[in-house]
Amino acid sequence: MNPLVKFISELQDVSLLIWSAIVSLGSRPRYIAETVRQMDLIGVGSLPIVLLTGFFTGGVLVLQTFPTLEYYSLQNESGRSVATSLIRELGPVLSALMVSGRIGSAIAAELGSMVVSQQIDAMRALGTDPVRKLVVPRIIALIFMLPLLTVAADVFGLIGGGVVANFLFNQDIHVFVESVRNGISTRDIFGGMIKPFFFGLVIGSVACHKGLSTTGGTVGVGRSVTNAVVISSIWVIIFDFFLAKALQYFLDIGRI
Amino acid sequence: MLSSPEPVIQIDSDEDLAPTDLTDAVDEPDRMTPAIEFRDVHLSFDDNKILDGISFTVKRGETKIILGRSGGGKSTIIRMILGLLKPDSGSILIDGEDITDYTEPEMMPVRQKVGMVFQEGALFDSLSVYENVAYRLREQRVPEKDVELEVRRMLRFVDLEDAIDKMPSELSGGMRRRVGIARALVGDPSIVLFDEPTAGLDPPTARTICELAIKLRDLQDVSSIFVTHEMTNVEYLGSEYATVNEDGEVIFEVEGEKLCLINTEILMLRDGKVAFSGKDEAFFKTDDPYIQRFMKGK
Repeated sequence: MNPLVKFISELQDVSLLIWSAIVSLGSRPRYIAETVRQMDLIGVGSLPIVLLTGFFTGGVLVLQTFPTLEYYSLQNESGRSVATSLIRELGPVLSALMVSGRIGSAIAAELGSMVVSQQIDAMRALGTDPVRKLVVPRIIALIFMLPLLTVAADVFGLIGGGVVANFLFNQDIHVFVESVRNGISTRDIFGGMIKPFFFGLVIGSVACHKGLSTTGGTVGVGRSVTNAVVISSIWVIIFDFFLAKALQYFLDIGRI
Repeated sequence: MLSSPEPVIQIDSDEDLAPTDLTDAVDEPDRMTPAIEFRDVHLSFDDNKILDGISFTVKRGETKIILGRSGGGKSTIIRMILGLLKPDSGSILIDGEDITDYTEPEMMPVRQKVGMVFQEGALFDSLSVYENVAYRLREQRVPEKDVELEVRRMLRFVDLEDAIDKMPSELSGGMRRRVGIARALVGDPSIVLFDEPTAGLDPPTARTICELAIKLRDLQDVSSIFVTHEMTNVEYLGSEYATVNEDGEVIFEVEGEKLCLINTEILMLRDGKVAFSGKDEAFFKTDDPYIQRFMKGK
């Protein structure tokens, strides 16, 4: 198939999946217990890797920028640089990429395995809509848990930056904290919370679509997992650009 | 659940040995409507014709054995009955209701009266045997007390009550199929579809699965489609019937010279068309070289 046609076809399939999920929210049955279970798996389960990622990203930001800032005698602004980078960009994007790798792959593998072992057919045969039962809880869980994970990553990133500034560059921690407080605004935090909602939707819908469209047995499951992670990660980065531009426009974020 | 035997036999002699309720059953107006009907159904995947003008009916209480080579469209027929696949043309009727163009929500009530036994059981890996069998009832928000009673009844039917708390990964292939049968039978569906339920099983276990299908057919008046490519299954289903002896036990007897099963037919597919349709006696006597080769495994 022509790559462009294939791309449009996939986009259409994902859009239809999202639409089916939205439509199914309007009627019963609703799988609230399953949604809470997915929130636990996605949120609590991903917390350690997101915290580690945030902590060391904040740390390395200070490690790399401090000498340059010091050269320009702006070392007291290191907290501002870390906070701005983390809260506006790195926190949401890195959290989304980590969740895409961990959860996107898990969703695609689980649903793909269910497809090849006829469990999805069995579910439909038993009168259950797989979108309602499997897709909606996962997408909702991602949409609500990713912003929370992002906040956790941001906080740990700032802690990591503070630790590096204090212990490696002997910067007074109060100076670092003050710099952080001066560097970020409510709009930055708000903007940093909006992005993960969209990233959650992208990761969830792409992973569910790839899983449910698995063909070719166990080899196909592997292919679906790879595609789910690669495609959702790329979409996260592409969406990030357009969301940043939209937030600049609507919230005046990122303009000096 | 086990009721007195339904009229499963036809008397070839003049002796009046027919069960007394045979006339009543035949006179029921609903019984005249086929449980499943295919009318000139066509389906192709790209240039590959899977079904090419298939027509057949499954009467109430009848078992239709669908034979054919792998990839010959046998399982496709079952998937169409459940609305998991749509035909390119033709009509599919369930209990006289044309479901051909039904949407997914419209198919849900139809699926309530159809039980499906998948090739490998298709049990939900993350759920226990109890939860698998209870699945349909829990989806219907049936009180848990009633769910447990029904699950235990079904597991007793397939002789697996001891495995109620096990996970599917702890079960053997045959046990998985039997749990699949129990799951399919919850809610007492009037139609049960078997998709190669004995594939890959040892002969005694395969025999057990066939006995379950025979019990459903003869003791519970279930209409069924039994997809297979194994001739031993055809022999069991085509020549044996279940009945209840004086002690209330279910026993299996072989049709004799005077008795001939009328509730089992064979449909053989070849290149997407019906190569044979009729009783097993005619099937085994046919001169068709393709069918002869199929029977001999050549």
